[in-house]
Amino acid sequence: MTLTLGHFLSLGAMLFALSVVGIFLNRRNLIVLLMAIELMLLAVNTNFVAISYFLNDMQGQMFVFFILTVAAAEAAIGLAILVLLFRNKSSISVDELNTLKG
Amino acid sequence: MSQSLSVYQLAAVPLAPLVGAVLAGVLGTQFGGNHLGRKASHTLTILGVLVAFILSVHTLISVVQDGARYNETLYTWMVVGGLKMEIGFLVDGLTAMMMCVVTFVSLMVHIYTIGYMEEDEGYNRFFAYISLFTFSMLMLVMSNNLLQLFFGWEAVGLVSYLLIGFWYNKPSAVFANMKAFLVNRVGDFGFILGIGLIVAYTGSLNYTEVFAKSQELSTLVFPGTQWMLITPICICLFIGAMGKSAQFPLHVWLPDSMEGPTPISALIHAATMVTAGIFMVARMSPLFELSDVALSFVLVIGAITALFMGFLGIIQNDIKRVVAYSTLSQLGYMTVALGASAYSVAVFHLMTHAFFKALLFLAAGSVIMGVHHNQDIRWMGGLRKYMPVTWITFLLGSLALIGTPLFSGFYSKDSIIEAVAESHLPGAGLAYFAVLAGVFVTAFYSFRLYFLVFHGKERFDQNPEAHHGDAHHDDGHGHHGDHGHAHVPHESPAVVWLPLVLLAIPSVLIGYFTIEPMLFGEFFKDAIWVDHAKHHAMTGLAEIFHGPWAMALHGLSTAPFWLALAGVATSYYMYMVNPALPAAIKRGVMPLFTLLENKYYLDWFNENVLSRGARVLGTGLWKGGDQAVIDGGLVNGAWHLVARIAGGVRKVQTGFLYHYALVMILGIFVLLTYFVWLK
Repeated sequence: MTLTLGHFLSLGAMLFALSVVGIFLNRRNLIVLLMAIELMLLAVNTNFVAISYFLNDMQGQMFVFFILTVAAAEAAIGLAILVLLFRNKSSISVDELNTLKG
Repeated sequence: MSQSLSVYQLAAVPLAPLVGAVLAGVLGTQFGGNHLGRKASHTLTILGVLVAFILSVHTLISVVQDGARYNETLYTWMVVGGLKMEIGFLVDGLTAMMMCVVTFVSLMVHIYTIGYMEEDEGYNRFFAYISLFTFSMLMLVMSNNLLQLFFGWEAVGLVSYLLIGFWYNKPSAVFANMKAFLVNRVGDFGFILGIGLIVAYTGSLNYTEVFAKSQELSTLVFPGTQWMLITPICICLFIGAMGKSAQFPLHVWLPDSMEGPTPISALIHAATMVTAGIFMVARMSPLFELSDVALSFVLVIGAITALFMGFLGIIQNDIKRVVAYSTLSQLGYMTVALGASAYSVAVFHLMTHAFFKALLFLAAGSVIMGVHHNQDIRWMGGLRKYMPVTWITFLLGSLALIGTPLFSGFYSKDSIIEAVAESHLPGAGLAYFAVLAGVFVTAFYSFRLYFLVFHGKERFDQNPEAHHGDAHHDDGHGHHGDHGHAHVPHESPAVVWLPLVLLAIPSVLIGYFTIEPMLFGEFFKDAIWVDHAKHHAMTGLAEIFHGPWAMALHGLSTAPFWLALAGVATSYYMYMVNPALPAAIKRGVMPLFTLLENKYYLDWFNENVLSRGARVLGTGLWKGGDQAVIDGGLVNGAWHLVARIAGGVRKVQTGFLYHYALVMILGIFVLLTYFVWLK
């Protein structure tokens, strides 16, 4: 069996769907939320790489490096905010973080 | 035009009293630091009025002897859209006569006030007000345009308001001055509408320019109708006169204005201010002559006032109120004369009335002082022994009022009756009956008052209220010091009776000497215009006039004289011979008496229907319009609406991250669906 573009795109779509479900089914932990976001980015990366290979165009793979770098920076900032949040609230449960309620 | 009438002389006439008023009003009161004492205040104001009087007499002499006239604008206040608003003087016979009457009565009242207000705290304020009044009244009569007339008109109304409420801590006085002010507003509203109509159709405020276009006005009709425009103009102007000159049904303020001090009742509410309406209509004669409907209206209103206000005078017990109702009735006579196109007769009666009514009021004030601030005639009687000068002058005033031949009132009143008899307007029959019956009524209440006050049993020690202190009937100026022997009446000081004597002289004589030039001569020839072809009251009068002496002799054999005599005799019988009779009659005609006692229920009607109706309407608009629609619907409604929408929207804002995320993702789906498949 050969791996075709369809397989890679399906993997990307599954990863993306998994992360979306992770974002709004997760009620307890903000870290899981962050991880879900990372997963979403990875799904995008998979698509980029697959299409880049399929089209023989290196630009897609170049974008992946950018996205990985930004994702790392974002994870660092997200975790830093998370630490501060925990210090203030003594909790990282998503269910308790609703001070933006109108 | 203006030979020998200098503008400085004319300007000084109103300005001299104004200077006096400002000095006394600012420097003489607490307002300016009490720099002037009582003596300085009264000296300054009297000096101002004296200067005005002397200059007025000089003006009158120039007008009569040299035929001098003055009609010029001194100052242009502003020009709005071609409409000039100016200050200027118009001096002719009518103005000169009014100036002399106003300044003379004012001077007498100023002098009288020295004695009358002696013990009042507001002495300086009072002098300032009456001088200010003199200024306003002079501006009114000397004006050459409608705007300045209106200024004077409002200014005299203001001073009248201030003076009725002079004792501002007396609730009845405050009520009375509010009433006077409000009722006058009704009249002034009509007046300003009339002025507005004149301006709209002639484009000018100046008398001369307006009268020059009067023929043009008479042909105009309301757009789209057949109504003559001149009729509403004249009726609106006359409504102004009804307010100021206290004509039925706007007369209700005048009797209540008696809450003010007696000198101003004489000056403002008898001799001068209330005649401003008569003066105005006479001044506007070229317009009123054009509308028979308006003249009929004037005639009927005057007739109602003349007769029915006289009836009210019969049952009053307050000395000042009797004289006040008599003033109303006499103003009605003047109005009737205006309606009969006998403007000069109205003005003639205005002049004679100014003298004898001022005299009667001041004499009444003297009586009030003499009996220690009791105003109730039931507790007077027999005063002629104690107050001889007041007695004689009061008697002369009353004789002039009822129209005894040779007295001034006879000439003016008889002329009015004759003029009405000559008039053929609708309503003239009613007016003729009213003025004729009015003669009997006038004689009856005047002599009822006279007999009760000066003759008969001395009842001044029986007043049930007097022993509780003077406060109830206190005419305001404190208590006399002589309480040890307080209830014996005394003659007033010279400063009080001197004006009475000086007023009594013209009250008796002036009619005899002035009737010929004023009614049949050239005196008013360019001030008053009568359409002789249509309204022949004046020509009719001239035909039967053969000199004042002949008129007096002829008067002895006419109905008015016998009616007046009958009135005097009836009152003599009822109050001197058989004093039990009035009470018996009163019991016999109780419903009629109640009607009169309640002044035809007009006050009741005004209070319960008009003012209560206005309050109900106001409350309705306040609650329904302001509170419900504007406050509830618009102001609060706006934020209620926003709050309600926001209340719905805020439910979406849960604060949970996963809800936001869900919305974002759903959004992406919607957008993707739209862009990928639908587009």
